[in-house]
Amino acid sequence: MTDYVELMGFGPKGWGLLMAQATLMTILVSATAFALGSILGALVAWARIAGNRLLRLAADVYTTVLRGVPDLLVIFLLYFGGSQALTALAHLIGAKGFVGVNSFAAGAIAVGIISGAYQGEIFRGAFHAIARGELEAARSVGMPRLLLFRRIIAPQALRFAIPGLGNVWQLALKESALISVVGLTELLRQAQVGAGSTRQPFEFFITAAVLYLLLSTFSGMAFQRAEVVAMRGVRRS
Amino acid sequence: MDSDFLVETMKLLLAGVPLTFKLAFYSIAAGAVFAVLLALMRLSGSRVLDYAARSYVFVFRGTPLLVQIFLIYYGLGQFPDVRESVLWPFFREPYWCALLALTLNTAAYSSEIIRGGILSVPFGQIEAARACGMSRALIFRRITMPQGLIVALPAYGNEIILMTRSTALASVITLMEVTGIASKIIAETFRPVEVFVCAGAIYLLLNFAISRAVALLERRLSPQIHGAKHGTDAPEPAR
Repeated sequence: MTDYVELMGFGPKGWGLLMAQATLMTILVSATAFALGSILGALVAWARIAGNRLLRLAADVYTTVLRGVPDLLVIFLLYFGGSQALTALAHLIGAKGFVGVNSFAAGAIAVGIISGAYQGEIFRGAFHAIARGELEAARSVGMPRLLLFRRIIAPQALRFAIPGLGNVWQLALKESALISVVGLTELLRQAQVGAGSTRQPFEFFITAAVLYLLLSTFSGMAFQRAEVVAMRGVRRS
Repeated sequence: MDSDFLVETMKLLLAGVPLTFKLAFYSIAAGAVFAVLLALMRLSGSRVLDYAARSYVFVFRGTPLLVQIFLIYYGLGQFPDVRESVLWPFFREPYWCALLALTLNTAAYSSEIIRGGILSVPFGQIEAARACGMSRALIFRRITMPQGLIVALPAYGNEIILMTRSTALASVITLMEVTGIASKIIAETFRPVEVFVCAGAIYLLLNFAISRAVALLERRLSPQIHGAKHGTDAPEPAR
């Protein structure tokens, strides 16, 4: 046990600081991906609710593909495809050699577009949970569409979306572990590095697992709290 | 995109389908048995069993599957006791480690789905069965289980699709299933877009086949609610 404390501690031989930094990186990359997913998800929901046939089809294809294809493949596509495009671009302006895309950017975008596919469904469900009468009332008092969105739709849809968003956040948090395969030093990658150089993989992966568990537990509690706050004004049946 | 490359890639990738299928099939089958046990533990009324199952589900749903795979594949081999045990031939193989991790993972998610299904059986049914003098085991086998499983089927179908998708993680511990082959081709040819299109098509086809099969099974098992629309808009549980 004292060995373990020394290994994961903050002393000269301890990996504590590195693991803590990596945990922050996991939070950062997951949050970036989740935020990106929210934007994409809102667009998807809008396309499926109010778009024309073409937009609806595009949103459908996006949702089906991103929910059906392994996340690892999407990360590979973004990372290697992005590097390929970037290299071609660099060659165009006269540079030579290989230009790699930033693994944070590629990973966050990959997890973000996967998250967007799930969030689209959640936002759509939340929109349909808004009472029809409210929309009709807003239209009949002559609200312009943007105002209607800002005052009536957005606040209520967000309120109904919170439980679903909590789930998708957990998903993004866990999917961020896959970004380790393209070399971003987040929690899992750091654990792998530590495991490799100390030959104590069990300690490192258990520590990573516990840290993930803590992250998901505390963020789950935050979402529950947010739900309570957002639902203050709603009568429960 | 040249079609020769696409055809060639498709051929190579299709060679990985049996392994992807095997990983998905065995882990889902074993996971289902384990999941029923976990669900029964939670509903048993015994506090110890309930608490044990609850913690199991909490741990396996709260950590990334990749961490679980690494913990089993790299972590266990660290202990001399494991290396000298009779189980070492299993834990040495990435295939068995991946299978074990996938099984344990899906069991945690499925047990919640099955528990939800069992809880949906109206109490009147169980009361009626008791009034007829059925034993607890018989009630479970004849009344609770068949009805609960039908209710759980749509959500369980989702879980099967998610699991098929998750088998891709086995490629990280060197298994050459579809994603493993895909990443190898990408590294060799550096044509990620074409490879992604081919591999993606394979997974989408597999998922489509699974969702059709589950829909068919559902219709077979529940002719009385044939045509009733199920709410499938609910988001999948976090993985």
